[in-house]
Amino acid sequence: MADARPSQLFRNKSAKIAAIPMIVTALFVFVGGTAWTIVYSFTKSGLLPRLKWVGLDQYERLWSTKRWIVSIENLMIYGLSMLVLVFVIGFILAALIDQKIRFENTIRTVILYPYALSFVVTGLVWQWILNPEFGIESIVRSWGWESFAFDPLYNADIAIFGVLIAGLWQGSGLVMVLMLAGLRGIDQEVWKAARVDGIPAWKTYIFIVIPMMRPVFITTLVLVVTGIVKIYDLIVAQTGGGPGISTEVPAKYVYDMMFQANNLGQGFAASTMMLLTVALVVIPWAFLEFGGSKKRG
Amino acid sequence: MVDITSSQLSGPQGPKPRKALSRRNILLYGTLFVVTVYYALPLYVMIVTSLKGMPEIRLGNIFSPPVEVTFEPWVKAWAQACTGLTCDGLSTGFWNSVRITIPSVILSIVIASVNGYALANWKFKGADAFFTILIFGAFIPYQVMLYPIVIMLREIGLYGSLTGLVIVHTIFGMPILTLLFRNYFTSLPEELFKAARVDGAGFWGIYFRIMVPMSLPIFTVAMILQVTGIWNDFLFGVVYTRPESYPMTVSLNNIVNSTQGVKEYNVNMAATIITGLVPLTIYFVSGKLFVRGIAAGAVKG
Repeated sequence: MADARPSQLFRNKSAKIAAIPMIVTALFVFVGGTAWTIVYSFTKSGLLPRLKWVGLDQYERLWSTKRWIVSIENLMIYGLSMLVLVFVIGFILAALIDQKIRFENTIRTVILYPYALSFVVTGLVWQWILNPEFGIESIVRSWGWESFAFDPLYNADIAIFGVLIAGLWQGSGLVMVLMLAGLRGIDQEVWKAARVDGIPAWKTYIFIVIPMMRPVFITTLVLVVTGIVKIYDLIVAQTGGGPGISTEVPAKYVYDMMFQANNLGQGFAASTMMLLTVALVVIPWAFLEFGGSKKRG
Repeated sequence: MVDITSSQLSGPQGPKPRKALSRRNILLYGTLFVVTVYYALPLYVMIVTSLKGMPEIRLGNIFSPPVEVTFEPWVKAWAQACTGLTCDGLSTGFWNSVRITIPSVILSIVIASVNGYALANWKFKGADAFFTILIFGAFIPYQVMLYPIVIMLREIGLYGSLTGLVIVHTIFGMPILTLLFRNYFTSLPEELFKAARVDGAGFWGIYFRIMVPMSLPIFTVAMILQVTGIWNDFLFGVVYTRPESYPMTVSLNNIVNSTQGVKEYNVNMAATIITGLVPLTIYFVSGKLFVRGIAAGAVKG
């Protein structure tokens, strides 16, 4: 940008002023805040943050706490099932909608509307539908199948899958929309060529179309994974972590430790572990996407 | 699936005439119908339950339409339902949410649009570095930054106030909105900007007279994104405000999951649907723009 240049610092002054909120947020909140939490996760902070070093004690305590282990297990079970199912459902729905169907807009609108609702609303609706006294269980029983049991929210062994049903309902529309955009971005010539070669449609999808949609899959993956790690409101609203501690998740552990148990150190250590989990996904992705040749800033 | 290309294959016989009731179509539309019903069902259950009286709920099943329609649960959810501490329903939470959402949306959009404009057209040294940090910051779990922000807000005396929460929403809305505006402004023809420069317009002149009027759609997308995001927020509301200024999502959760008293499922569902009404209205009215907003959110980074 051509500009008068009296001094380096005052060049482009308005732009720099406009960028102050971004600079402050990036440096103080994102970098500073994260560094602060990591540093204090090595201290003996209780009710208030204190710089009294205890090394890795907080982490040792964290990993010997039953509730944290259950939280991590739940996150794994929920996360893996969510990941697989949301992709399968999202892709199949997108492929079906991509068949030049009628009422496309209506169907898309209905599949996506749960995404506009908050997790609290999602959790509460499904808490109601899965209520064994009034919901699905009682209805199937009233049809004559007296021994039918489907009470995920009251059965500690499968409670997390009750949450999964709600999570899938809320989030699969988003994946469908992204996949649909990806499918529409595929050149029709590819389909023509596959047809000329006599390749069946399902094979074309698996061996040609899906590999071509790699960028869409990767962005969606990153989005879904970061969303899964953050899961909190859904649990609070739908199960409150129960029955017992069977649906606890890391984000809830962090909140409860920081703001209810007055155990900041544990909260910091737990949130640092969450950061680590996200980093394990985001950093390889960033290298794949931006590493090597610097395409974008 | 084969049919996709059949109309484009230019053969002597032209596109094959298709029967409307082929096996493929029955399967396709059948599946889509079942799926659509599945997704729509919870909304239906919410509405139906909220219009029934408690005796009817205890007797019937949750999918049956109300025999006797009553709006009492709605009235009760709005004005009398108990959150554990107080019994003034969702109305307080609703107005809190309005007071949180409006300034947050305006502030975050103003800041992010000016910032995105600076990044697109007035790039200065180091701007991209900060922007990269900002985008990566969007991936950091909020839990990591919760407490440092508590301390920052306490230092400036805003912890627990609505203003504090507005600042928090502005901060966390910044990555995605800045990206949205930067990409949009970059896509505008550069000649426009250059011509305005030649005519002597400065930073703000170009922003207000050229960029803003040309970018109304993207402002709408940003607004949809922010209104739904902030309205639906639960975590920041519960962390950064006091009980008397809890947003609607938090009061809803407190009403439904409060352990005292008899559970009134109809009131609970009425409260749930009232809370979902604002984002749902935006969604159904805005349609394609909403999709564009989340698509923009998807190309983060």
